[in-house]
Amino acid sequence: MGVYWAIGIRSFRRFSTYRIATASGAFTNTVFGFILCGVYLSLWQARPGLGGYDTADALTFVWLQQGLLMPIGLFGASTTVELGERVRSGAIAVDLYRPTQLLLWWLSMDLGRAMFQLLARGGAPLLVGALVFDLKFPADPQRWPAIALGIVLGILVSFGFRYLVALSGFWLTDSRGTEYLALWLSLFFSGMVMPLVVFPGWFGEFARATPWAATMQVPIDIWLGRNPGGTGAALLFQLGWCVVLLLIGQLLTLLATRKVVIAGG
Amino acid sequence: MSVIELSDVSRAFTVRSREGFRRTKREVRAVDGLSFTVEPGEVVGYIGPNGAGKSTTIKMLTGILVPSGGTIRVAGVDPSRNRVQLAKRIGVVFGQRTTLWWDLPLKDSFAVLQKMYGVPPARHRANLATFVELLDLGDLLDVPVRQLSLGQRMRGDIAAALLHDPDIVYLDEPTIGLDVISKARLREFLAQINADRKTTVILTTHDLDDIEALCTRVMVIDHGRQIFDGTLPTLRASQQAPRTLVVDLATSLPPLQVPGATVTKVTGPRQHLTFPPTTSAAPLVAHIAATYPLVDLTVAEPTIESIITQLYTPPEAD
Repeated sequence: MGVYWAIGIRSFRRFSTYRIATASGAFTNTVFGFILCGVYLSLWQARPGLGGYDTADALTFVWLQQGLLMPIGLFGASTTVELGERVRSGAIAVDLYRPTQLLLWWLSMDLGRAMFQLLARGGAPLLVGALVFDLKFPADPQRWPAIALGIVLGILVSFGFRYLVALSGFWLTDSRGTEYLALWLSLFFSGMVMPLVVFPGWFGEFARATPWAATMQVPIDIWLGRNPGGTGAALLFQLGWCVVLLLIGQLLTLLATRKVVIAGG
Repeated sequence: MSVIELSDVSRAFTVRSREGFRRTKREVRAVDGLSFTVEPGEVVGYIGPNGAGKSTTIKMLTGILVPSGGTIRVAGVDPSRNRVQLAKRIGVVFGQRTTLWWDLPLKDSFAVLQKMYGVPPARHRANLATFVELLDLGDLLDVPVRQLSLGQRMRGDIAAALLHDPDIVYLDEPTIGLDVISKARLREFLAQINADRKTTVILTTHDLDDIEALCTRVMVIDHGRQIFDGTLPTLRASQQAPRTLVVDLATSLPPLQVPGATVTKVTGPRQHLTFPPTTSAAPLVAHIAATYPLVDLTVAEPTIESIITQLYTPPEAD
């Protein structure tokens, strides 16, 4: 296990070297936070209690979303994008020489990245938002461990999906189409466009059951205390997707390795 | 006991192509009936033109490609079945790719490798100290890899491939793009590691000076088949490559008439004459000195390049 810890630490350090990118990213998140707040304020003024959120819930959602966007990797993350490039270029063969598990290697890389971005970019927008608006913070100290767990599971689910997209390059000549589709699915169903609670009927049910809901909507609802089935059920929902996606990921890794080793790439 | 054994190994790839609605499949044999053994501590130059099957062989030796036929044993195991286990006993350097962490100081890459291969800390420190001294890495350890020059990065990559004391290292064009001094330094280091640690080295390269400087044995492969296996002197002797006599005269003259030799090039007062390797140069020199205004002369042995080129191009097409 020591090696994966070492990789995670190095990945954290690697991302910490991009200081200007980090600062400008946090600034962008903050600007977008204000824009979205304008939209949501007028929406919730016209339809109070939309999707079971009050105005404070909606505004808190915005600032949590802006802080979690990068750590969870909803726009894709440079780690899994890099993996996709290595698959396309064939450089992935070098990774197979290593006496390490491919999935765990990239998972460690992604967790190192996510932890850095959570610390460096997660808090700043929330802080600015809290200075300007009246936001909700969990009153019950027991909720904090659940929030932390929810965020970690959200990152794992997101990684699980991004990993599959990157591996698709083993079977498709160019996986960039898949990446593009995955990006839009991820942006919409994670609650980036609108909190998923506002979608009514069967579509809302469907949207809240997808793996992307487990990446961001669920952890934010844990923060707000708004999970329909309670916090425990929400965490189990995330854990379920996490296990499913990582198992498929491991299976695809074995198939991909066999394909490279037997068919020659 | 041999550290590498190949017996009648072949590897075919299926190449699919499409013309209109017709799909055709064609089988290409990248490696065809290859057999050889390598003993521990040997430094083997593995050479051949582009597409000869060198990389395919290396991939099979490291276990990331299974052969279509024949058997391979590396360090006593079947590489493709024991890839992860074997990875701890081999080191690989690709001249055109790096295994180092691009944005981090060099020492971070080494720290991860220590954990990856489970090298005992004391052993790691000793190895690192040796490589830092021999490869002059002292000032580079704290520099992010992206800021290193190509030569510096390659030294880092070579150290990275050797930190876990592998029994075998595969070097795929380790000197590509390096300047003369960096090349010489790298060769010196590799020779020393081989002498001190009895590490088996398989070197693929297009730079035949690498071979001359390092290899006790040369294997030449072309179209997936081995066309030569032996020492450099044997390789030289096996080919009937002509020797060259370079003659400097006092004045420019028309091509000289010398029995047993032919003039191939005239540049002012300098003339190049070739003669068969079986002929002695002495009578030719005596004849020229007696007949023409000779100022200076040298005898040039055939370059290894010219010998290899002769090997690659068969005398007649079949």
